Amino acid sequence: MTATTAPYAATPARASRPPSARLRAWATRAPLLPALVFMIVVTQLPFVATVVISFFDWNALYPKARHFTGVDNYRQVLTDPDLRHSVWTTVLLTVTVVLVSLVLGLALALLLDNRFRGRGIVRTLLIAPFLVVPVAAALLWKHVLYNPEYGLLNGLLHYVGGPQPDWISNTPLLAVEAALVWQWTPFMMLILLAGLQSRDPEQIEAARVDGAGEWQIFRHLTLPHLRRYLELGALLGCIYIVQNFDAVFTITSGGLGTANLPYTVYQSFYQAHENGLASAAGVLVVIGSIIIATFALRVVSSLFREEASRA
Amino acid sequence: MSSLALRVRKHRGLSIGLVAWLAGIVFFFPIAWMALTSFHSEADAAANPPSFGAALTLDGYREFFGAGGGASPWPALINSAVASIVSTLFVLVLAFPAAYALSIRRVRKWTDVLFFFLSTKMLPVVAGLLPIYLFAKNTGMLDNIWFLVVLYTSMNLPIAVWMMQSFLAEVPVAVIEAAQIDGARLPTILWRVVAPIALPGIAATALICFIFSWNELLFARVLTGVVAETAPVFLTGFITSQGLFLAKVCAASLVVSLPVLAAGFAAQDKLVQGLSLGAVK
Repeated sequence: MTATTAPYAATPARASRPPSARLRAWATRAPLLPALVFMIVVTQLPFVATVVISFFDWNALYPKARHFTGVDNYRQVLTDPDLRHSVWTTVLLTVTVVLVSLVLGLALALLLDNRFRGRGIVRTLLIAPFLVVPVAAALLWKHVLYNPEYGLLNGLLHYVGGPQPDWISNTPLLAVEAALVWQWTPFMMLILLAGLQSRDPEQIEAARVDGAGEWQIFRHLTLPHLRRYLELGALLGCIYIVQNFDAVFTITSGGLGTANLPYTVYQSFYQAHENGLASAAGVLVVIGSIIIATFALRVVSSLFREEASRA
Repeated sequence: MSSLALRVRKHRGLSIGLVAWLAGIVFFFPIAWMALTSFHSEADAAANPPSFGAALTLDGYREFFGAGGGASPWPALINSAVASIVSTLFVLVLAFPAAYALSIRRVRKWTDVLFFFLSTKMLPVVAGLLPIYLFAKNTGMLDNIWFLVVLYTSMNLPIAVWMMQSFLAEVPVAVIEAAQIDGARLPTILWRVVAPIALPGIAATALICFIFSWNELLFARVLTGVVAETAPVFLTGFITSQGLFLAKVCAASLVVSLPVLAAGFAAQDKLVQGLSLGAVK
């Protein structure tokens, strides 16, 4: 619901500019400036520094040997099989987690869009996984669920006489993905549920009166309406999961081929002290994110404009 | 509507309810199991097949809080509380006037400014991590909780600006104009007029910023050590198994997650709006 009371009338007319207009413009800007300056200093300057460092051969253990190498670091990042593998892992991890949690989230949102006894409680139960501290959630999956000897999964398999696999060693990436899907499905569900509840009930009732079946209503009314929300969920999910560090760090410690780019960047400067390489990898993560973010910004701004025009 | 159609609908409603409950229980089950395990003795916790009805004990919690001679989690919990609460306060102080300038008395090109804030959120943390680390190292700010406070402020400021501008846009302009006619200055207007009206939104914003700061691991892991270690960093001590410690891990995970669970349920209604950066209401 958008119960907005004409906030757009507040912009002062700018037709004529008396001498004090400039002063007034600064007075309008003043409340914004601290936040803006703070953001530029804390987020933009370090990134510029990263770009600069990425052109240097710089190992922190041999600071004297630091020298400019041009795009060598990038060449090395892009040709190093381990790093290339981590690019692939990042893509695979992100796409799998986002798609699966989006589909599950849609199913759950459709369920919760109905009226039934205890709906509020079910909603709360479903949100809970998202509200477990990410490290704690990863520990829960690693030790409590996956452990081959005393984990719950094998414990339950024990009852039916099933096999006792070592989940993390057998399917390391899948193990990380499952834990992330569990945490991110509630997020998708919340966004999609908000989308479902913003549908026009009269339109659906009209379609029903006209004899449309449930599937037809879903296919031709609900799904097109949800498109924006699906896009938004997918893109926000991508932005957060591309950056995921906690689950990879906790469940596999980047081993068994699960090291994604954030973990690789962390490792290459925190453990291997390769500052130049780490920066080049970091810049590549940013380029990947910018591609996603361009779409994301477009979706957010179209939703934003829609809200604004409705208001 | 015919009675048959009504019955079919009712039947359908019942089965949807059942499926939804089942899904809810499946998703919640790992948390419930974690809670149950945290109250079991280590021997029962490691039993396979699992022991649902084993005797309950607080040993896991005693162990976690350092009764067995391990490191006490209190310094880490206090660090996390300081970093989360103080950075959230900073965020509110910076974001509230900014949101005013982006929603009520608007600057020119206010949408561009809003999208600048949003775009910083899309810059991955790893992009600036190394220079931030080097800066902290060279200025002696490594292992200092106040350095984390500054970083967490920058991490949450865009979210807060977006959320708050959508909340402040709902404040009636007439009220503000009336205050201006009465000669009230900007700080007074913000504090006495806008803040009380937008209070529920501000509270939700604060809770969401608190959650993100409390959860954060990468910055804390890289920039803190023994002194300024936060609760998530403390939890990483449990990554490698150390014999029988399942009950202790469960107790630890639950204790560290409690503030987030509490804040999340308190902000439930506004959670979507915050997580979608204000795009969805």
